[in-house]
Amino acid sequence: MSAVLDPALQPLVERVATARNAGAQLDIRGGGTKAFYGETPQGEPLDVTGFAGISSYEPSELVVTARCGTRLAELEATLAECGQYLPFEPPHFGGAATVGGMVASGLSGPSRAAVGAVRDYVLGATLLNGRGEVLSFGGQVMKNVAGYDVSRLLAGSMGTLGVILEVSLKVLPQAAGSATLRFQMTQTSALKQLNAWAALPLPLNASAWWEDTLIVRLRGAMAAVEAAIVRLGGELIEAGHAVPFWDGMREHSDEFFVAARQAIDAGEQVRLWRLSVPQTTPPLTLSGEQLVEWGGAQRWLCTAAPPSQVRDVATRAGGHATLFHAPDKSPGVFAPLKAPLDRIHRELKRAFDPSRVFNPGRMYPDL
Amino acid sequence: MDAPVRIAPPQEAAGVGPEPSPGVTPEERLRRQSEVASALSALLPARALLWQREDVAPYECDGLTAYRQHPLVVALPETEEQVAAVLRTCHGMQVPVVARGAGTGLSGGALPHRLGVTLSLAKFNRILKIDPLARTAVVQCGVRNLAISEAAAPHGLYYAPDPSSQIACTIGGNVAENSGGVHCLKYGLTVHNVLRVKGYTIEGEAVEFGGEALDAPGLDLLALVVGSEGMLAVTTEVTVRLIPEPVLARCIMASFDDIRKAGDAVANVIARGIIPAGLEMMDQPMTAAVEDFVHAGYDTGAKAILLCESDGTPEEVDEEITRMLEVLGDSGATRLEVSDSEEQRLRFWSGRKNAFPASGRISPDYMCMDSTIPRKRLADILLAIAEMEKTYRLRCVNVFHAGDGNLHPLILFDANDSDQLHRAELFGADILETSVRLGGTITGEHGVGVEKLNSMCVQFSPEEREQMFALKRAFDARGLLNPGKVIPTLQRCAEGGKMHVRKGVLPFADIPRF
Repeated sequence: MSAVLDPALQPLVERVATARNAGAQLDIRGGGTKAFYGETPQGEPLDVTGFAGISSYEPSELVVTARCGTRLAELEATLAECGQYLPFEPPHFGGAATVGGMVASGLSGPSRAAVGAVRDYVLGATLLNGRGEVLSFGGQVMKNVAGYDVSRLLAGSMGTLGVILEVSLKVLPQAAGSATLRFQMTQTSALKQLNAWAALPLPLNASAWWEDTLIVRLRGAMAAVEAAIVRLGGELIEAGHAVPFWDGMREHSDEFFVAARQAIDAGEQVRLWRLSVPQTTPPLTLSGEQLVEWGGAQRWLCTAAPPSQVRDVATRAGGHATLFHAPDKSPGVFAPLKAPLDRIHRELKRAFDPSRVFNPGRMYPDL
Repeated sequence: MDAPVRIAPPQEAAGVGPEPSPGVTPEERLRRQSEVASALSALLPARALLWQREDVAPYECDGLTAYRQHPLVVALPETEEQVAAVLRTCHGMQVPVVARGAGTGLSGGALPHRLGVTLSLAKFNRILKIDPLARTAVVQCGVRNLAISEAAAPHGLYYAPDPSSQIACTIGGNVAENSGGVHCLKYGLTVHNVLRVKGYTIEGEAVEFGGEALDAPGLDLLALVVGSEGMLAVTTEVTVRLIPEPVLARCIMASFDDIRKAGDAVANVIARGIIPAGLEMMDQPMTAAVEDFVHAGYDTGAKAILLCESDGTPEEVDEEITRMLEVLGDSGATRLEVSDSEEQRLRFWSGRKNAFPASGRISPDYMCMDSTIPRKRLADILLAIAEMEKTYRLRCVNVFHAGDGNLHPLILFDANDSDQLHRAELFGADILETSVRLGGTITGEHGVGVEKLNSMCVQFSPEEREQMFALKRAFDARGLLNPGKVIPTLQRCAEGGKMHVRKGVLPFADIPRF
């Protein structure tokens, strides 16, 4: 429930009012680490990094509340001091990554299929909407069904509904045990195996398949991890190699992603796509390099295949494709919406940001 | 269920209850009823349309029996095409539509609109597909929550959210309320366990939120629709996640001689990094009531009892039970018992599950509250409630989903004494306001419906409520889906709401209630 306006927010509120009156548009800027993601940013920069700091942290309540400009690294370090963390492992993509950007971009890391996405950990948020109003939705408790779930809607909203000023996140204790195993398998076998394992009570936390190598991470109670190592077999990778490997998956510093970006920058006619498909989807019949994560649910594809073909394959599989890195964004970044979702999106934009002040066109051209 | 009893009409109770419908004479209403019945009878078989008084009566309320209202008609479509056609027609005629599943809701979400259609989805009860490899179930909205787990059981899988009414409530209703249950601390709410919701807009257009993949393009409308209480769209089909059944579950029953120690014990369990499968609390008066009822061997001398459950593989459970016992012991538990068989585990839970019927035995009436507070404030709210017992001169017995800070105080009174009813309502409102003041929320799991409309004024500012109205208009510009529910208008803002149980008779009395 909003009380008196925090004076630190006054400048932001005034910027929004000025922009509205002038018919101008604002590009919400945190650390700029997600600027590459989504459609090309437009509008005057609105720097929100000044509104930073952890407002409250209660380890015994499993909740932390942080302002949007807080460095993600600072948040994670604070949680680590109390033996807690953000289970969904959000990628930073740079040292300047902020909490606001993490929620607005809605990107989750290698553990997502096992523990949930950013959205599943948002308990509440305070929003500066396109009318210059500071509104709070949700709260600091998980069991909260009062009103519409606006705070979860903000996860992945790409700044199109307003500025996420502050967010309350559920946190969890770090797992006691962790282990990484490697297997030699074709993609077909890997997908079958991952899905079979997922139906068993195993502490399977993350997976990555590329070039006939499957790597999985176990995380949970020590006893459970030890039992799973025995049961699954494979080659145990020691922590000194495993930790950097998973960091590479999370931050896209792994060879796969580096090579993809280099190829794009060198002018080869390839694009990096993110396909989100059902886990049991068989290997996708598309040319290029494929890296499979999330038990089969997230597939990275570096390919020269035409966008229409990539989108078609994704749709047929029951999923969708996002253009992640490309020399130009003319094919469109996010998959087109089926009616009536397109209309609902436009109406929601109007409900939150009627003058289209914030991040115009960042998700879809007409939002 | 007993025949409807006379309940104090809504307008007597300080503005609680649904929005009054616009002044319509009985003749006008009859004419409207005739118009609507005529239009819908062209779309539905005769058996699927009810308007005679005695046929409509069973739909006049849901689990919140204090408020009853007949709709113009009840439609019970049998196909998706009929659902779409009914919605299109109602939209065209500007007729309000209230969707209804099993009618077990506790906040009046399915309370009919006096000039509207109650759209019953009860016939949509087929399980369309269980996919053990993908670990998903595709089910129609009217499938009972427990039926999903029953169908998945042969594959060693189950659907985790387990609201108290799960033997009767529907998955469509669970989606509407974002239902939780005893295990939601560890396994999540409905929103964490659903992949896709298919249904229709008020204009009768087919719509799909989420998908078969783990995410969908654009805004996360699935997260928005789950918990939207029938206000944004009508759900007809749900795809849920199934997870592996735990191999083993064991429960600790811990006694405490002091409320604050028990409340602190709950916070300590979480602070030590343990996420129990279940963590529930009963206070002494509640324990006495349930022991008298089920004779399970509860320690009636304890000021509070905690039930703390661990599930997983035998090794995991062993490790976790050891850690739990250590924390509970360090927190001052005076007695600790661990279940060593499935039968004993169920016996430990039997009292907790029978809290409502047990309370019905010791009081002519009770009012069940639902709110959430931060876990560490459990002792504070219990002590505040003890003070309120003196202020309002009524007893209150308490059960909690302690692990989530979600409380269900049961205010005991006799509705034959109208002053007691009035005091009970004030007591309830005080609990809700105190919950918000302690950093919590006015509804943990039962939803807002009509019951908590007034408390929404306490929890949200006018601008926030207006933003939610604008959001609603994005889906339903004419405001025809479940109007008058969830978000109160400015005029409306007054005191808190309640769930009233008359003479121990709860609708669906045989369902275990947590």
